[in-house]
Amino acid sequence: MKVLVPVKRVIDSNVKARVKADQTGVDLANVKMSMNPFDEIAVEEAVRLKEGKEHHAAGTADEIVVVSIGVSQAQETIRTALAMGADRGVLIQSDADLEPLAVAKILKAVVDEEKPDLVLMGKQSIDGDNNAVGQMLAALLDWPQATFAGKLAIGGGKATVTREVDGGLQTVAATLPAVVTVDLRLNTPRYASLPNIMKAKKKEIAMKAVADYGVDTTPRLKVLKVSEPPKRSAGVKVADAAELVSKLKSAGVL
Amino acid sequence: MAVLVIADHDGNVVRDTTNKTVTAALALSGDVDVLVLGKNAKGVAEAAAKISGVRKVLLADGDAVGHGLAEAVEATVLPLAGGYDAVLTPANTDGKNFAPRIAAKLDTAPISDIVEVVSADTFVRPIYAGNALETVQSSDAKKVITVRPTAFAAAADGGSAPVETVTAGQAAKSAFVSEEMVKSDRPELGAAKIVVSGGRALGSAEEFQAVMDPLADKLGAAVGASRAAVDAGYAPNDYQVGQTGKVVAPQLYIAIGISGAIQHLAGMKDSKVIVAINKDADAPIFQIADYGLVADYKTAVPELMKALG
Repeated sequence: MKVLVPVKRVIDSNVKARVKADQTGVDLANVKMSMNPFDEIAVEEAVRLKEGKEHHAAGTADEIVVVSIGVSQAQETIRTALAMGADRGVLIQSDADLEPLAVAKILKAVVDEEKPDLVLMGKQSIDGDNNAVGQMLAALLDWPQATFAGKLAIGGGKATVTREVDGGLQTVAATLPAVVTVDLRLNTPRYASLPNIMKAKKKEIAMKAVADYGVDTTPRLKVLKVSEPPKRSAGVKVADAAELVSKLKSAGVL
Repeated sequence: MAVLVIADHDGNVVRDTTNKTVTAALALSGDVDVLVLGKNAKGVAEAAAKISGVRKVLLADGDAVGHGLAEAVEATVLPLAGGYDAVLTPANTDGKNFAPRIAAKLDTAPISDIVEVVSADTFVRPIYAGNALETVQSSDAKKVITVRPTAFAAAADGGSAPVETVTAGQAAKSAFVSEEMVKSDRPELGAAKIVVSGGRALGSAEEFQAVMDPLADKLGAAVGASRAAVDAGYAPNDYQVGQTGKVVAPQLYIAIGISGAIQHLAGMKDSKVIVAINKDADAPIFQIADYGLVADYKTAVPELMKALG
């Protein structure tokens, strides 16, 4: 089985995003960037499918292709995935901040070319927070989708996925090929070992351009402004629990 | 223009997230219809018909839509979409699952998790886990929008809209297997009015339970945790409040032994009132807390329990 894992280079989750003074966006200059945390989980699961770790039979996946759409530094993100155990990478270079619809259309073209049996990807990126690309890719391909996976089992031509839903868990079976988006609890991603980091340097990353895929990426949404949310300021210190309770009662929240 | 709201319900009762989404829809148009997808959900449709401002209710009855399978929801909504300029649904796990799928089929850019309707084509939505707010104007003729329920007031009951039946779609390539819903007397973390959250200071899973559970029960609150507490194994993963966990905005959020990493603050800073209890007076959580109590939780929580009576 061939697995395609789309990954995105985003602001590191331990860095606080700061809005630019001119309200045109978030300031990413000199900010630490990392692989989107949910995508890391997707890469880890793909590697486990190949290694036969946990409940997966060895060799469930035989090839893992990682694809990223973004600036040239996104090569580092792909390299990270290669060091974790993916086989090869594709970088589709773009300096534009593409919308989920455009990303889904490009990924559809990649799927048409690569013909994977499974697309495994993060449920959302922690920058745009759209939580949309996986579902949209599945729709464009007319494939089934299983979102927010907390558990994945491959067998009998199906992906059986336990989904993290409000109030509990739902298990669905999606006939392959399918798109599975992953949630936090699926696994804990590994740190790449030094030998694997060295090995990853020799793995292939194909360099492409958005234009190679011939899809319309015209934005549909115009960002009028990006603003700071209302600031919270420090309130008051209370002396003890009794004072706290009386304050909360007068604030009307108890 | 007309707007279709896809209802959120539990099979028996319309959740108030539906009423809140109707409020957002009414800001777009006076012609708001509600689509109820479910199995034997006639009672839900009749309840939705009572929401003020609803023009009519459409009921699609079927197994696949009853399980919320995105492919079946898509197949139900697409034939109806011609009659609407916008489709809205709450930004819960169901809505987030099917809304982008519908949008892609309509070749429209979905607008996720809106917190404000500025005008019929302009919306405000949080990005970067709420550390920034983006105002976007859509050029799509048809819009597909998920609505953050906590940002809108619930439309009251008082209407009496007619209920019509529509054809429920099927999911050819995916199937429901099973579900396991948490049976708890406590409210859901994402919907609770009060959340009590514990951090790494609690030191062990046993201590976490012994401290947090009785307090939550006393307050009728949901229990949350910081990522540090989850990573240390003190609390289950689904307790995690933060950028990569759940984003909550309750009336009251009580953080106990939580230092206030950026990751955590992103998940709770929209709470109406924030209380921090921490023995470290310099903990960053105090910078955003409305009420701070500098004290060891070991003494502060028992005293709090006593003060609550």
